[in-house]
Amino acid sequence: MTITQNNSRRPLRAAIVGSGNIGTDLMYKLHRNPNFQVVLVAGIDPASEGLARARELGINTSTDGVEGVFQGGSIDVVFEATSAKIHATNAPRYEAAGILAVDLTPAKVGPCVVPSVNLSVNKTANNYNLISCAAQATVPIVHAVSQVVPVSYAEIVATVSSKSIGPGTRHNIEEFTHTTSAALAEVGGAQRGKSLIIVNPANPPVLMRNTIYAVVGKDVDIDPIRASIHRMVADMQRFVPGYQLVVEPFLRDDHVMTTVEVTGAGDFLPKYAGNLDIINAAAVAVAERRLLN
Amino acid sequence: MAKITFVDVTLRDGNHTYRHQFTPDIVSRTAAALDAAGVDIIEVGHGDGLGGSTVHVGRAPVSDIELIKAATSVVKRAKVGILLLPGFGIFRDLEAAAEAGVTVARVASHSTEADTTEQHIQKARELGMFTVGYLVSAGMASPELLAEEAAKLESYGAQYVNLAESQGHLVPSEVAARVRAVRKAVSIPIGFHPHNNLGLAIGNILAAIDEGVTYIDGSLKGFGGGAGNAQTETVIAALKRAGHEVGTDLFGILDAAQTFADLVAPQPMPVIDNDSILMGYANVYGGYVHPVKHAAKQYNVDPRELIIRLGKRQVVAGQEDAVEDEAQKLARETLLKAA
Repeated sequence: MTITQNNSRRPLRAAIVGSGNIGTDLMYKLHRNPNFQVVLVAGIDPASEGLARARELGINTSTDGVEGVFQGGSIDVVFEATSAKIHATNAPRYEAAGILAVDLTPAKVGPCVVPSVNLSVNKTANNYNLISCAAQATVPIVHAVSQVVPVSYAEIVATVSSKSIGPGTRHNIEEFTHTTSAALAEVGGAQRGKSLIIVNPANPPVLMRNTIYAVVGKDVDIDPIRASIHRMVADMQRFVPGYQLVVEPFLRDDHVMTTVEVTGAGDFLPKYAGNLDIINAAAVAVAERRLLN
Repeated sequence: MAKITFVDVTLRDGNHTYRHQFTPDIVSRTAAALDAAGVDIIEVGHGDGLGGSTVHVGRAPVSDIELIKAATSVVKRAKVGILLLPGFGIFRDLEAAAEAGVTVARVASHSTEADTTEQHIQKARELGMFTVGYLVSAGMASPELLAEEAAKLESYGAQYVNLAESQGHLVPSEVAARVRAVRKAVSIPIGFHPHNNLGLAIGNILAAIDEGVTYIDGSLKGFGGGAGNAQTETVIAALKRAGHEVGTDLFGILDAAQTFADLVAPQPMPVIDNDSILMGYANVYGGYVHPVKHAAKQYNVDPRELIIRLGKRQVVAGQEDAVEDEAQKLARETLLKAA
């Protein structure tokens, strides 16, 4: 079924599948956004904190997983925060029901998307994959550089607080690395990419920091690269207000280096978990930019 | 008295001292000398292990596999090993290493994040490698926490757990307390990898062995991150003096040390300089010694102040970018104060 843009003034009817940390934070983000009406939070554990919080906000909940999405009808967009396996099973059903799927799992059923970078070239998909938190934070910068000058190699280092990274990522470092590295090239525009994740257990927890190295050769003018990065940071701040340049881009040997820090909005997850905040904020932006004018 | 398996890390950790520029020639001749001396395991590669050649921590002139083959092609008795930090290195790197003759894989994480190693420990086991769980910066975790993390490594299939005291921060009684706690939590052997920032590397080894450690790391001439590792040839002499059983020959290892020193000349031998002492004191990862010196010079700030700040920030291995950021901050604040 083709999914068309919503030209009426009514808010988008959204369902969240998965009532864990990501799903719950997403619920608060959507709840305070006038473009959305959260009509359902679906989980599997009746005792989950996420479902209890949904009920507090007066949102319908269901405990039989995805089934609730197809019972009420008339849902415009579903945000899936379950697992790659579950999303792979659910995706054809969303598609058949004409529901836009925004996928926060590593399933990669639909195209990989970073809203400030490649949503405009993927305007008609029915399913979007959010790649990884590190990709959402770093691909925009790589793209900003590769718009100005060819990037033969991009390398990123995402440092995240130990408390902000769950078992899903910890037990899938291999996939996380592949997915993020591929996005630096395929979405960011570098010829090759490599991503590193550093987990820091410090207390108080550290904010998510991302250092980006873009190999561009020795004889380049840094000024237009800087300007391009600044424009990108400003664009990112429209939906991730806590996205900040902390090391001004500079040239060293054959590469540009810069660092961005991401402070979360603190909707449900703590502010240091900028990594979780940015992927959720990107998910919301994807739905808005895909379904609203 | 204990029977010790000796792991020489000159050709891996020592690469930090040499800014990751080891060549196949240095590797093959040193590996041959270590093998002739009777070292049990020879670890080879970039200082940060497989896939470590990065802009972030330093690019190597040759591939991991070239360095590995330089060792595996000459070694007759010893096992050749690698270090792997999941993410720096990926499955493909492990597979290529196994194919090139590597039989020991040490899979590393920061001391409190053992569960990021499960996939790669299992992969190394599948490849038939002798697989080790390696906890970096063991001095940043309490004995109790370290014991919990070590137990996780055992549950993933690690065949021994190595405690790497990467900062050279601990004193012998603190090392003993950590080994004791880990001993109670696991049934696999325990290894120890000290750094020498406070001049305690060999004393710490002896304390660790008294608590049950049976695998010991060292490097020729003490090459290694920061102030360097325990100096292999000194360790062998000290182990023999203490009455421990070790398969490495004393004259042979002295020869290996000379061979290696000649190969890397005129590179100065590691010393415990002021920055290194302070890094040991402030519990800052030894690998940052070059970035700290570089940034202090570039931004004209006091390296001592920079090190203390990094210690307060509780940076872990792999946060080389934080050195840059902290030095810039310090430079701005110093300017403001002067104005």
